Amino acid sequence: MTMKLPIYLDYSATCPVDPRVAAKMAEQLTMEGNFGNPASRSHLFGWKAEEAVEEARRHVAELFNADPREIVWTSGATESDNLAIKGAAHFYQGKGKHIITSKIEHKAVLDTCRQLEREGFEVTYLNPRADGIVYPEQVEEALREDTILVSLMHVNNEIGVVNDIAAIGEILRAKKIIFHVDAAQSAGKLPIDLQELKVDLMSFSAHKVYGPKGIGALYVRRKPRVRLEAQMHGGGHERGMRSGTLPTHQIVGMGEAFRIAKEEMAAESERLLALRNRFWDQVKDMEEVHINGSVEQRVAGNLNVSFAFVEGESLIMSLRDLAISSGSACTSASLEPSYVLRALGVNDELAHSSLRFSFGRFTSEQDVDTAAAEVRKAVEKLRELSPLWDMYKDGIDLNTIEWAAH
Amino acid sequence: MAYSDKVIDHYEHPRNVGRLDDKSENVGTGMVGAPACGDVMRLQIQVDENGVIEDAKFKTYGCGSAIASSSLLTEWVKGKTLDEAEQIKNTAIAEELALPPVKIHCSVLAEDAIKAAVRNIREKRGQVADAGDAKEEAAG
Repeated sequence: MTMKLPIYLDYSATCPVDPRVAAKMAEQLTMEGNFGNPASRSHLFGWKAEEAVEEARRHVAELFNADPREIVWTSGATESDNLAIKGAAHFYQGKGKHIITSKIEHKAVLDTCRQLEREGFEVTYLNPRADGIVYPEQVEEALREDTILVSLMHVNNEIGVVNDIAAIGEILRAKKIIFHVDAAQSAGKLPIDLQELKVDLMSFSAHKVYGPKGIGALYVRRKPRVRLEAQMHGGGHERGMRSGTLPTHQIVGMGEAFRIAKEEMAAESERLLALRNRFWDQVKDMEEVHINGSVEQRVAGNLNVSFAFVEGESLIMSLRDLAISSGSACTSASLEPSYVLRALGVNDELAHSSLRFSFGRFTSEQDVDTAAAEVRKAVEKLRELSPLWDMYKDGIDLNTIEWAAH
Repeated sequence: MAYSDKVIDHYEHPRNVGRLDDKSENVGTGMVGAPACGDVMRLQIQVDENGVIEDAKFKTYGCGSAIASSSLLTEWVKGKTLDEAEQIKNTAIAEELALPPVKIHCSVLAEDAIKAAVRNIREKRGQVADAGDAKEEAAG
């Protein structure tokens, strides 16, 4: 079998749509298909579209053991985060104006919190420990009388580590503080039971779970009821929480993707863990190679590795046959190392040397073997080119050198 | 990011990779940049008694543009006098490699590297009054 190049190992960024999902979506578009407006009450086209939307809502709810009435469609996890955080902050601001989050949240959460700060809210940004995890006791210590909302991610997008949202939820529920969880990277990957978890608001994205881009959902708990101030006003769709004509094809795609995820999650997770281990076993014997973030408390498909003494962007340039992400944002012109790795206390030079590999549904063992061989070759080549590698080999501690920052 | 063909060529086939004996009286070493900033260049020149650069070697930790800038520089300085080498401007390197604006700093670093290497050999030969700064001593 000939391999398709480049090999896609960036499933944490986005996934291809599962062909089963694409087939369902295609049925919702044309004159012959289910193209109606789900809000049309006066004819069959509308009723059929509404039926499809509600079936999809059930599929999404079932993945999390939630009530379908608790699922609000949005354009994606970014919008869900905005609606959850701004919506809850605005609604509950009479009770207090303090919010807690962490330094390694997705920008959709961090930037939303910044906006609330400009509006007069106070935000505490927790620093994760070196393993990348925000511990329940850290959250507890940061609580104040006027804390109204805590927003933390379930799984981090860069390093894949998993926060204990069950324990954090217990602490917050006892104090009646709203708990929002961004589950964009955990939905369909880890079991999530919202009957058990004391989570009030949860953000989901379809395209991280082999569904289409441009669609997501926000879980809004009914018991005890959580209130939100709408951010998008209009026809009063989604119980007034998010107006806008429902995109039937997108919603049906998300529903089907999440239905498949519920069926296949356990087996897929096991397979991805085996692939990740297979990859790691082929590179771990190289010198000065480090995994960033907890290895144990980590989602199966993610591996974030620093290759000391080589720079991430040049490494990616050498790895043109692999589609992967760099922990260094050089490519986006800012020359800043990843803020996530920085918050973990990873030094800038190791952060610059880091790569994120994320494996997924269509990754094969052959893909993994090819990727590992390419990575070894590239790292060895670049170390031959690296003055830092020479110095390391000469036994010089790079930290003792006074570098001229530029 | 789209790299120019010249950057890719230098990156894939870097010229004059290696190291010269920095203890030698005839070798000047320039080490510039910082690991935390994502690039470090070490440029070494071997200079004859007439002040002509006979050989040049480099090693660079950094992005493709940084590697290409230093590789190109080693080609350019060979056969030049120290005075001529010192005149090489980052803009010429950036132009030759068609570096995009976000990568101009790579060419600046290359210019700094050759200036530092020239200064180092001149110090060794007692051709400058000032003693070298601590950074290059440590880096050499």
